[in-house]
Amino acid sequence: MSSESYPCPLPGGAAAHEYALAFDQGRKARILVVPALFDEANKLRHLTVETMRRLHGAGIDCFLPDLPGTNESLRDLAAVELEDWRMAVEAALRHFGATHVLAIRGGALLLPSGLSGWLYAPVKGASLLKTMLRARILASREAGIEETGEELLERGLATGLELAGFALSGEMIRQLQAGKPAEDMRLTVIEQELVGGRPLWLRAEPDHEPAQADALAAVVSMGCNA
Amino acid sequence: MRSDTDRKLRRILSDVLGLSEDQVEELTPDTGLFGHLPELDSMAVAGLFTEMEDRLDISIDDDEIDADLLETYGALLAFAEAKREAA
Repeated sequence: MSSESYPCPLPGGAAAHEYALAFDQGRKARILVVPALFDEANKLRHLTVETMRRLHGAGIDCFLPDLPGTNESLRDLAAVELEDWRMAVEAALRHFGATHVLAIRGGALLLPSGLSGWLYAPVKGASLLKTMLRARILASREAGIEETGEELLERGLATGLELAGFALSGEMIRQLQAGKPAEDMRLTVIEQELVGGRPLWLRAEPDHEPAQADALAAVVSMGCNA
Repeated sequence: MRSDTDRKLRRILSDVLGLSEDQVEELTPDTGLFGHLPELDSMAVAGLFTEMEDRLDISIDDDEIDADLLETYGALLAFAEAKREAA
């Protein structure tokens, strides 16, 4: 496993380097792993990296890019749009010469068309947004502040909003509302039933089940070698 | 015999709280959810209600979500069943 970087486009035409976790031995099958988003990215990081280790063991190169404004990125998340993440994914696909893509949950919102690969439990942007808005309403209520979803959404679209500890720009919120998982005959959806166990992104406390990484990697590597 | 709502709700709680099959089976109407499940933060509670909407095919207003609902398993189940009947 190594830490590599890829050139990620900046608004205005320049590019910044973002990190990516890489298992790269110049093998034929090369998978770009597009991470889950926001809180789910934290809950699923362990599963994601463990799945990559197994793919590496199965003879497949794989790459997990940091999206602008997340992990090691120096970009300010509050100035980032979903569209920037889509451009980052395209740039990473090109840079690493990916043959396939594995998108985890909200990662499925970021894919350009024409790719082959897998979507693990894809989710609509509106669902992610709804849960984050609800969490904010509940946390505020506990602090004695009454907020409504409608009012928060209006404010968020106008000036951006902090939700679940993430500073989201107005554009990020607007594009999340409209964001739908990619659909393509060459993209296979992997539902949780196939992976087995319980969905780790729902877990109140981050947890790991190695058997889920085994199952996910098995499905993907079988497809890659088919 | 348990109702469909009861079975689904147990499954959702198991997913959110990482409870084992046995722990989920042991939930009774009087089982306190907040007291027994201290790790429920606002993100987990929000996720719980969003999952209930998806899997029970109901719609829940944010202002319906309050601490009383999570007082006991029985309270949450009664809420879910009333919602499904009204749907």
